[in-house]
Amino acid sequence: MASDHSSVLITGGTVMNRSGEARADVLVSGGVVERVEPNLDANVPAEAAGGPRRLVADGCIVSSSFVDLHTHMREPGREESETIATASRAAALGGYGACVAMPNTDPAQDNVAVVEFVRLQGERAGLVTVAPSGCITVGRNGTQLAPFHSMAAAGVRLFTDDGNGVQDPLIMRRALEYARELGITLAQHCEVARLTDGAVMHEGCCSSRLGLPGWPAIAEVLMLQRDIELVRETGASMHFLHLSTARSVEIVRQAKNDGLPVTAEVTPHHISLTDEKLASFSTLFKVNPPLRTMEDVESLRAGLADGTIDAVATDHAPHAAHLKDQDLAAAPPGMLGLQTALGVVVAHSGCSTKRIVEAMSWAPAAIAGLDATHGRDVVAGSPANLVVFSTEGVWRQTPESIVSKSTNSPYFDVDLVGSVRHVVHRGEVVVAGGALR
Amino acid sequence: MRHLISLDDLDAADIAGLLSTADHMAEVLGRPQPKVPALRTKTVCSLFFEDSTRTRLSFETAAKRLSAETLTFTASSSSVNKGESLRDTVETLAAMGVDVFVVRHKTAGLPLSITRWCDARVVNAGDGAHQHPTQGLLDAFTLSRALRRGNDLSGVRVAMVGDIRHSRVARSTVRALHVLGASVTLVAPASLLPAAFVGSDTVPEGWPVSVSHSLDDVIGDIDVLYLLRMQRERMDNAFISSPGEYSAHFGLTDARLSRLRRGSVLMHPGPMNHGIEVAVDLDTLADHGVANLITRQVTNGIAVRMSVLFTLFGTGSEAIDGQ
Repeated sequence: MASDHSSVLITGGTVMNRSGEARADVLVSGGVVERVEPNLDANVPAEAAGGPRRLVADGCIVSSSFVDLHTHMREPGREESETIATASRAAALGGYGACVAMPNTDPAQDNVAVVEFVRLQGERAGLVTVAPSGCITVGRNGTQLAPFHSMAAAGVRLFTDDGNGVQDPLIMRRALEYARELGITLAQHCEVARLTDGAVMHEGCCSSRLGLPGWPAIAEVLMLQRDIELVRETGASMHFLHLSTARSVEIVRQAKNDGLPVTAEVTPHHISLTDEKLASFSTLFKVNPPLRTMEDVESLRAGLADGTIDAVATDHAPHAAHLKDQDLAAAPPGMLGLQTALGVVVAHSGCSTKRIVEAMSWAPAAIAGLDATHGRDVVAGSPANLVVFSTEGVWRQTPESIVSKSTNSPYFDVDLVGSVRHVVHRGEVVVAGGALR
Repeated sequence: MRHLISLDDLDAADIAGLLSTADHMAEVLGRPQPKVPALRTKTVCSLFFEDSTRTRLSFETAAKRLSAETLTFTASSSSVNKGESLRDTVETLAAMGVDVFVVRHKTAGLPLSITRWCDARVVNAGDGAHQHPTQGLLDAFTLSRALRRGNDLSGVRVAMVGDIRHSRVARSTVRALHVLGASVTLVAPASLLPAAFVGSDTVPEGWPVSVSHSLDDVIGDIDVLYLLRMQRERMDNAFISSPGEYSAHFGLTDARLSRLRRGSVLMHPGPMNHGIEVAVDLDTLADHGVANLITRQVTNGIAVRMSVLFTLFGTGSEAIDGQ
């Protein structure tokens, strides 16, 4: 008798929920979690006897799948570097069940037609939920507000001009007024552009020695301060993308102590790499905001651990080889992140496993407005968007293992710890044994 | 030495060796027929993505004096960006059989990238504000030979004045002079010092210098006044108020010339801005007992670049003696 492919039994794992962790098997059927109980394996028919497909999770954590708040999928417009289909493959292998697609596409995600296209391409790929973000301003040019009402009605919850900070305080103030009215969240890329003209790396001792134009920490801090005051005034909620400086962590901590509706994310690379990497002059390490100092790295780790920083977000930014094979000024900023995020976070964050699940799944699902289907506790009745991962085992990434269209990862010669074993998306097994179905 | 990218990659013995070889090359250049067959089988390609006729001609002259074949590729970065990628350009030229690329680019690090893209040797002829290693070597060579100090400049006091922040010359020459034992003081407004100096009273790690914000404070106590080129464009991002304001406080004026010690020397990497950093008639230097080494820097550039190209291939010394 053929096994019942509409149901899956995850056996031998430890289920991680907000209330704590417990050894349990997880039976998935009809797209939802049906039972979460110890020793289910012995009590339901074997796979060979027509029972549910088994996914072995011995020594692994079973939790809601990860949610990435910050994925550059490059489609439409930059398909040479990545497509929604290839980014979805990378995301699934990284343990993700949902990705917020950044809007700096060409054309930009500043209207309903483009965001619907992006969402639909995600459905066609069928591996993760692709949630398009919307632009704050038309064409991300910082001057004309994007159609918030239309895009919000189309389901967009997070709006950002990522890649550009919204420079004009009047535009940002008005955008926040709309955001409060519509219950949407604005996500700011904090960078005062006037202070970062031509910058390719963190401004400091290393840039001074290398003679490379610097991106000073103050350019992030000034915009963060401004926008926190605008949040205080308007009451709208704001999410701060890719914090990179020690001072930023302090400022967000204070804003949260003040009770303001702000959230923040940090990337795996900002908690694992420093500006010293630029001494190689390799464009792989050019990223925006730039890699900073060890002092910043340590503050970001502490901020992530204590919850000041809510979420880990990859800022997965693929670039075709010919774009990175230029001088540092001409090469675009960005690095891959989806397939290595867990391995970097386990190796470098110092966070507990529960905190990792919170920062990679529960918190970003809420920030992205995806919490009806993602980031749920693994309990009977929950949508079956699950990841099975290990927090042990040292491994190294090889170029061949990359499923993105680009290979601009900074993590080839470094130890990563912990890996994704299985992913269930909407009840279907999309990754089994670390490989795509 | 496979490539010459940064003087930070060379130790004191390497630098002394290059300067001593440059002595041989200077001797070659003094011959009736100033040419040796050392690099007869080599092709040297100037790859200049940023305008610099002076440095390019100096390198090409050096290559010709060593009997190398020379090729020239010049392009503004913008025209390259319109079509063929930079890496494609390099690979195409390398495929024509280039042995050495002499590279200038507006961005720090590009010469190092080229070493990863092809098998040719690479000599950095200036990359952004990073390094201009042959300038550092020719400055050390010019100064040490003018002072008849061999490869030892210990006790020699140098003031380097101007736009240190954007200067690849500063990063190279400071290193070369320091390695030979000179003590260097950087003199500039805070805005024109590298960012690591700003907001701190201590000199950042890795900079073997002292710092002053007043040329008047140091000018009476130095052996070498090294002026850097001050570009008018620095007004655009408020690095300076105006060329006039800069000149009044950091330029070599008649008043400052009269305070220079007799026996001191003036250096400048060129091209000079008369009326800004050089606000005196250079013909009056001799009246004050100050030697002008600026032309000698240019002349010595050829011998030093011959030394570098020659040393890349580690050819025996007989190659420069035989005719």
